[in-house]
Amino acid sequence: MGVKIEVKNLVKIFSPQPQKALHLLDQGLSKDQILEKTGLTIGVNNVSFAVNEGEVFVVMGLSGSGKSTILRCLNRLIEPSSGTVIIDGVDITNLKPKELRQVRQMKMAMVFQQFALLPHRTVLQNTVFGLEVHGVSKADREKKALERLSMVGLDGYENSYPDELSGGMKQRVGLARALTNDPDILLMDEAFSALDPLIREEMQDELLNLQQKMNKTIVFITHDLNEALKLGDRIAFIRDGSLVQVGTPEEIIRDPADDYVAKFARGVDRSKILTLKDVMKRPHPIVQLRDGPHVALQVMMDHGISSVFVVDRAKHLQGLITADLALEARKAGVESLREVKLIEVPVHQETVLVQDIFTIIAESKTPLAVIDEEQRLIGIIIRGSVLAALANTGGDPKDVSTTTGPLG
Amino acid sequence: MYRLPLGHWVNNGVEWLLDNFGSAFDSFTETVTGVADTLRNAIGVLPWFVIILIFAILAWRAKGWRLALGTSLGLYLIYNLELWQPFLDTLILVLIASLVSLIIGIPLGIIAARHERFHRILSPGLDFMQTMPSFVYLIPALMFFSLGTVSAVFATVIFSMPPVIRLTDLGIRQVPTDLIEVGEAFGSSPSQMLFKIQLPLALPTIMAGINQTMMLSLSMVVISAMIGAQGLGAGVLAAIAQMDIGKGFEYGLAVVILAMILDRLSQGVVSNSRATLKK
Repeated sequence: MGVKIEVKNLVKIFSPQPQKALHLLDQGLSKDQILEKTGLTIGVNNVSFAVNEGEVFVVMGLSGSGKSTILRCLNRLIEPSSGTVIIDGVDITNLKPKELRQVRQMKMAMVFQQFALLPHRTVLQNTVFGLEVHGVSKADREKKALERLSMVGLDGYENSYPDELSGGMKQRVGLARALTNDPDILLMDEAFSALDPLIREEMQDELLNLQQKMNKTIVFITHDLNEALKLGDRIAFIRDGSLVQVGTPEEIIRDPADDYVAKFARGVDRSKILTLKDVMKRPHPIVQLRDGPHVALQVMMDHGISSVFVVDRAKHLQGLITADLALEARKAGVESLREVKLIEVPVHQETVLVQDIFTIIAESKTPLAVIDEEQRLIGIIIRGSVLAALANTGGDPKDVSTTTGPLG
Repeated sequence: MYRLPLGHWVNNGVEWLLDNFGSAFDSFTETVTGVADTLRNAIGVLPWFVIILIFAILAWRAKGWRLALGTSLGLYLIYNLELWQPFLDTLILVLIASLVSLIIGIPLGIIAARHERFHRILSPGLDFMQTMPSFVYLIPALMFFSLGTVSAVFATVIFSMPPVIRLTDLGIRQVPTDLIEVGEAFGSSPSQMLFKIQLPLALPTIMAGINQTMMLSLSMVVISAMIGAQGLGAGVLAAIAQMDIGKGFEYGLAVVILAMILDRLSQGVVSNSRATLKK
């Protein structure tokens, strides 16, 4: 996985003559000092980061933090005052207008917060826009656009006008329009912020779904940390135009770089980032297939439990044996558990999010089995340990219950 | 007190233009007169009821049968009052002047919208053109192009062009930023931006400008009877000279009818284009 976008020392000062402020910035003056001295606002202050190919990179910050400005510097809708933006090894900031247009047509496409559909064009005419600008023939571009519209679930709407569509559908058109160009990079500027919560979640799932198929490099701007955690492979925190922290969702929540990030992290619903691996317990006790019913009963007695997981030598889960089953087997004089018909138990991958199997955890009478990629039993989940992990947020559990409302 | 010889300078300037470019003005005059005459002859061939029918169809397309009916009745009244030929003359002048205004005005408006400096230079010029009493334009028009159609068109164009320039400029500036960003983000060239995004979205505003320009053209065409333009204005002027109230009223009424028809027709087109846009 190579680096797709590299941003180095990006600075944006909102002024036609930023030199003076740039100079002061080089001398190490702060944003406030420069504002005082020159009256110039620094929108983006010396930001560097790299986005890997196929990654969803979320840029997260409050409104006015400069995150949208950073995004627009990537395709030069806003001209950076200094610094470089390197995409596939080419420095975007040096391109002539014509070359820049080429890059915008071929490499990247943008999805807008307020959808930004052209009101005088139908859904189809909106969707073909990028290819139309690129000079692709009408038949070809419409074929491609129809494909993309179908991908985002808008079959049959191609002749509607934007104002006949709901917000969610409009943004689907926005997404289809961006995808029709087959860009490597999607720039998404608070793409789902204008949608109501249910539709927003739906669109997030849709995006993840599409991303699995298409594997684009996505730079996603948001002010909603839950959205950032859900979508982001990595998250960059921006405050006052400066980069505060870059890391995976885990890293952000576990070690927030400063109070600013920590404050965000406290408001997060942890079930959305905790995976089974985070909440499982060591699989103990377990019994082996070669053991007999005597051993199994002994183990259960020792630990005061009524059932136990059975694994083979490679630690592959074979099933569950209860005390009743073991007693029966002992009566029948069975030598090893190989001959016993064990109870089949559902298994879950370690990477599954807790929130996704919340109801299963809550309703299961037996512990849940967690396996790794090689199907080995690596942990078990008991209700109590999940609740403990969720409660360990530093935040109050009320947050958890409200944000997971639909899951019960 | 020293009096600034402003009027003197203007006279000198105009004279200088005439001395140096007199022949150019003459040939221009001939060309435009030729075009106007051709147009007049072409329309003159059509019988009156065909012209009424054409207007009725246009009105029906623009707004519906009510306007079509009103238009037909109004035009028939003009025919009945035996004002048909002056009516046609005025109509032709308005159409030529409006067309010239639009051909010059729309591109100027586009340039003004895209270049802030040009916009700032142009604005006071437009203020000047609109607030200077319209009669004043008649004098240089007369000197450059002598009595007749061309002078009338010249004065009318100067007087009626500002609205379409201003509203084209405004319409393009009012296109929402995020739609401009769409154009840029997908790599539009400046001309693609203009024709695919800016002009279509500015269309209702531009149409409103065209409507105003036509109305101003009509009022100026009537006034330019003073420098020899034919048509309804000449009749009004004659009525004033003869103190003939009845005649003045008839001619005046014909002007009003023409104004209403042109206004409703072009407004119909505006609301149609707005509806398309809203759709």
